[in-house]
Amino acid sequence: MDTPNIILSAKDLVVKFRVRNKELTAIRHISLDLFEGETLAIVGESGSGKTVLTKTFTGMLESNGRIDNGSIIFEGQELTKLKTDKQWETIRGAKISTVFQDPMTSLNPLKRIGIQITEVIEKHQKLPSAEAKKIALNLMERVGIKNAEQRFTDYPFQYSGGMRQRIVIAIALACKPRILICDEPTTALDVTIQAQILDLIRNLQREYGFTTIYITHDLGVVANVADRVAVMYAGQIVEYGTVREIFYDPKHPYTWALISSLPTLAEKDKPLYAIPGTPPTLFSDIKGDAFAPRNRYALKIDFEEEPPFYQVSPTHFAKTWLLDPRAPQAEPPDAVKIMRERGRKNTKQTSEAQQ
Amino acid sequence: MNAAVNAAANARNNEPLLSVKNLEVTFKNGNTSFTAVRDVSFDIMEGESFALVGESGSGKTTIGRTIIRINPASKGEIYFKGKRISGIIDKETDSWVIRNIQMIFQDPMASLNERATIDYIVSEGLYNFNLFSSEEERREKAFRALRDVGLLEEHAERYPHEFSGGQRQRICIARVLVMEPNFIIADEPISALDVSIRAQVLNLLKDLKKERGLSYLFIAHDLTVVRYFADRIAVIHQGELKELARTEELFSRPLHPYTRSLLSAVPLPDPDLEKNKKLLVYDPATMHDYSKGLPSWREIFPGHFVLANDKEAEEYQEMYR
Repeated sequence: MDTPNIILSAKDLVVKFRVRNKELTAIRHISLDLFEGETLAIVGESGSGKTVLTKTFTGMLESNGRIDNGSIIFEGQELTKLKTDKQWETIRGAKISTVFQDPMTSLNPLKRIGIQITEVIEKHQKLPSAEAKKIALNLMERVGIKNAEQRFTDYPFQYSGGMRQRIVIAIALACKPRILICDEPTTALDVTIQAQILDLIRNLQREYGFTTIYITHDLGVVANVADRVAVMYAGQIVEYGTVREIFYDPKHPYTWALISSLPTLAEKDKPLYAIPGTPPTLFSDIKGDAFAPRNRYALKIDFEEEPPFYQVSPTHFAKTWLLDPRAPQAEPPDAVKIMRERGRKNTKQTSEAQQ
Repeated sequence: MNAAVNAAANARNNEPLLSVKNLEVTFKNGNTSFTAVRDVSFDIMEGESFALVGESGSGKTTIGRTIIRINPASKGEIYFKGKRISGIIDKETDSWVIRNIQMIFQDPMASLNERATIDYIVSEGLYNFNLFSSEEERREKAFRALRDVGLLEEHAERYPHEFSGGQRQRICIARVLVMEPNFIIADEPISALDVSIRAQVLNLLKDLKKERGLSYLFIAHDLTVVRYFADRIAVIHQGELKELARTEELFSRPLHPYTRSLLSAVPLPDPDLEKNKKLLVYDPATMHDYSKGLPSWREIFPGHFVLANDKEAEEYQEMYR
C-alpha cells in the first residue's frame, strides 16, 4: 500500500473559549492527519468538540474562541496564522466548504435559490453572471434537481427539506473545494431522504475527487460513509482507525460503550447498556483520563495520569491504559464481542471468495 | 418467550385498551383543507407497546394528538376501555381521558416551563385535578415520581435549565407518571437526545411497562429503536396505514414496498453490511396499479395486515413461500 498524500494536518491543537469570564478548553491537544480523497467520520456526543475542531479549519470559531496552541497545515499553508475574513477568503468556501445540519437555516429565505448559488461562484471565481448561471444550472442538475431551469427562480420555502439540502451541497461544491466538511448533514432529514443524500455526496466525491469529513453521532451513518473514523470525547480524539477496525475491533472503553448502547445489537428482553453519568465539565483541568469516572473498566492510573496513544495496527490507535502491557486483561462487553465475531466471519468469507 | 409477549397474548382474548376506528383528521384553513389522516384503524391491547412508524408529514403525530384530544377527529371514533373518547364527550369523561392517557413529547428542551420549579412541573396535574388531600401527600407523590425516573428529591427545588437533555426527558416522564396513567403516548421520546442518553430513557420506559403494566403508543421514525421497544408495529405513509404486524414478523417478512424501502434505508452500524446494501425507493405511482381493483386492508398472514388489492394480495402471499 502506498502512503496516501496528507492534505490537511493538525498538530497539538488547543482551542479555548471565554464564557462568562471563565475559560473553557473545547479542544485539548488534538493531532490529526487527513488523507487526500478519503472520507473521515468524526463521532462523539454533543459537546465533545467535533464541530469546534472542524470550525478551526475554516476560521469559523465564534468571536469568544481562539486557537491557543498548535498548527493546522493545509496544502503547505499555516491556517492558524490567518486572522481576518479577508485572509480566510481564499480558503473558506473556496478550498474548504461546509454543509451544515439544517438546510433551512443555512439558506437565505428571502433570496431566490439560483442567486444563492451564483453569488458564490461570482465572488470566488470572478466570473460574469451569465457564465455563473450556466455553472449553477449544471450544479443543480448534478445534485439531482429536476427542471433546474424552472426551479432556479424558486425560493427556499418552495423546496422540500431534502431538496434544500441538495442546494446547500451545490453551493458548497460551487468552487470545487478540496475538502468538504459535512456537519450532521442528514440529521434533520427523513431516513429515506438521508440515504439518498449520503449516496449523492458519495457519487459527487467520486466525480469531483474531494476529501470529506463527516461529523455525526449516528454510527449507522458512519458505517455507511466512512473510510476512517475518529472517536472524540471531552475535547480529545480517544481512538481512530479504519471503519472496520473501529466497528469490528474497537479498543477504547468509550467506543465499547457507544457500541453497547445501540438498540440494534441488543436482545429485546435485556436492558440496553447505558453509559452512567455525564461528560466532564471543560471549564476546569481534567486529571487523568476524562472518561474514567464513567468507565467501568477504569484502572487506578486512569484517575491520575492521562494515557498516551497506543498503536494497535499501522492505522489503528487508541488512547487508553488498557492497552498498556502492564494492564490487566479486560473482557469487552457482549455487543463488542458480537461485532468482533461478525468482522472475523466477513474477513474469512472475502478471503475465501478471493481464492 | 418474554413477559411482554405473554402479556400481549393474554390480552388478545380481552377487549382492547384503545381502539381507533376509521379515523380521519382534516385540517381546514379558509377554503383549503388538508386530510392528514385517512381511514386509520388499529387496536392497542392492555400491556402492549404499539409503534407507529412513518416519515415526517405522514400523520403519525396527528394520530397521537387526536387520541388525547388536542386535534379533533373529523370522521371515525376512538374508544378507550370501551368508552368513546372522540367527538363531543361530557366533562367527566374528558378529565378521565386526561388522567388516564398521558403524552411525552419529542423535545424536552421545549416542553418544560422554564420559569417553574421541577416540584411545580411534576405536580401540575395533581393541582389541576385535586389529586391530593394534604400538601404532605402532594410532595410525597411528586417525590415518588422523581425517584421512579432516577432523579433525587433535592432536584425538586431546581429549574429546568439546570438539567441535561436526558434528565429533562426524565422530568417529562415523571410528570406523566404522577398521574398514574394506564396508557402513555410517547412521541419520538428519544430523537432529541444524545446516543449515550437514549439508552437510559429507553430502559426507563421499558422498566415502567414491566413494573406497572403500562401500555404505549410509541411514535417514531427510527425502525431500529422500534424493533427493540415495540410488540407490534404499524407503518404509516401519507396518512394511511400501509402495513401492521408483530415486530419480528414485520422485520422478517415485510410485504408492502413502502415498508421495504424504509427498512432498506435505515443505516445499520455495521460497515460490511452498509457498503453492500441496496437502497429500495418507494414510488407509489409506478409500484401500484389500482386501475383494476382498489386496495383494502387485508390479513395476509395471521396478525399481519397490509393495504393491497386482489392482485397484490396474491403476490404478497407468494413472496415468502
